Amino acid sequence: MAIPRFWREIQSRYNLIGTKCGSCGKVDFPPRAVCPTCGRRSVGKMQRMRLTGKGTVVTYTVVHDAPAQFEMQKPYVMAIVQMEEGVRLTSQLIDVSPEHVKIGMKVQATFRKLGQEGEAGVIHYGYKFRPTA
Amino acid sequence: MKAGIVSYGGYIPRYRIRPKDIGVVWGADGEAMGRGLNIRAKSVPGPDEDVITISVEAARACMAKVDIDPTEIGAIYVGSESHPYAVKPTATIVAEAIGSAPVLTAADFEFACKAGTAAIQTTMGLTLSKMMKYGLAVGSDTSQGAPGDALEYSASAGGAALLIGIDHAVADISHTVSYTTDTPDFWRREGQRYPSHGGRFTGEPAYFKHVVNCAQLLFKRAGTTAEDYDYAVFHQPNGKFPVRVAKQLGFKEPQIDAGLCVREIGNTYSGAIMVGLCAILDEAESGDRIFAVGYGSGAGSDAFDLTVTDEITKIRRDATPSIKEMIADQVFVDYATYAKYRGKILMREA
Ligand SMILES: [Zn+2]
Repeated sequence: MAIPRFWREIQSRYNLIGTKCGSCGKVDFPPRAVCPTCGRRSVGKMQRMRLTGKGTVVTYTVVHDAPAQFEMQKPYVMAIVQMEEGVRLTSQLIDVSPEHVKIGMKVQATFRKLGQEGEAGVIHYGYKFRPTA
Repeated sequence: MKAGIVSYGGYIPRYRIRPKDIGVVWGADGEAMGRGLNIRAKSVPGPDEDVITISVEAARACMAKVDIDPTEIGAIYVGSESHPYAVKPTATIVAEAIGSAPVLTAADFEFACKAGTAAIQTTMGLTLSKMMKYGLAVGSDTSQGAPGDALEYSASAGGAALLIGIDHAVADISHTVSYTTDTPDFWRREGQRYPSHGGRFTGEPAYFKHVVNCAQLLFKRAGTTAEDYDYAVFHQPNGKFPVRVAKQLGFKEPQIDAGLCVREIGNTYSGAIMVGLCAILDEAESGDRIFAVGYGSGAGSDAFDLTVTDEITKIRRDATPSIKEMIADQVFVDYATYAKYRGKILMREA
């Protein structure tokens, strides 16, 4: 991923910063400039909002055939997580073996290494989810 | 006026490897090695963990215990000898990840295992002089010993963050003193993957000389003896050195037990004494006195005389898992998995 693109997303990737529509109250992640429901009525009313990082596993899949960067971690779990605020996002589940993952499982955001641009390149960090203690 | 610890937080990765499982690879009696070092297991970072992620987790655990606006933190210093970047600070990422950026100063410190305590002293000065309200001192490492080297049985991963300030400190730092000399007991040259050390030279003229001299300076300055303290914590490169130095200084086993995490997780280098201090703060009560002496090769010691205050009952100590709970949350791996996680297997470039 290009450095500028990742850099622009640091706020949302590190701290789960999304947006809340000032018109209908819907929360979006990643952040949006305009509410997809309210359209023009939401212009200038989109507020930055930090998600609590708490959520529930809606569904998941176990990845056995991993891209080269993730060889070290396979098999690993990718899940769709429904956040307390209602918004859903896709992320890796860590600190749990695939056979112990369950739909409905409570999870919380952590801070992990997402990848790197080779041995000499920049390292990307951001959220992943782990089971709630 | 005194500076003190306003909040604290630690982080220990959950993977562990036993000395026995390291020894079997190198044709050594790992169990005997573990007994000699007084280490039952060492922590291993996951493949997506490094000093940056450990520092962020520790800093977030620290901030979760208090209702302090992170933008009130005026400085973040991260001490480590395993920063993921040779050039590009760990501290800026920590600042961004806890919401302290952009109006603050930040830097990475390096002084073998005492870079974190150097950060405590620096932030004490900055807050005592009223240059800022709070400073965050982090010590964290994912250290490696060369495969087969004695250090491989102890070098582990973990870290801790201490929020330093004047008001509402949970532990006042009444005195601090340092003892520093040029002693080449342990080093790593630029570009080298694994550190080198002076073998037996790391004991008497290095660890013991600096810790004992620094501790005695602190006793003198505080007008105390070992009996005046409820807890004592020392740098813990293994489970043997801190026990011996404590005895030499007049401390008894119950005083050092709570902070001696090395037995279960190995040597977390810059994190070691700070994780030990966090384990003590997890259980300490108002009025308890703590004696802490760190050590970093190269070489130097930083010593602290702390008194726990009534504020310890006012922070949310249970907001995040305690050090004891993190130590108990363990998943054992074999040497092959450990080698894979630690990047010891030569892979095709992704
Ligand atoms: Zn809307």
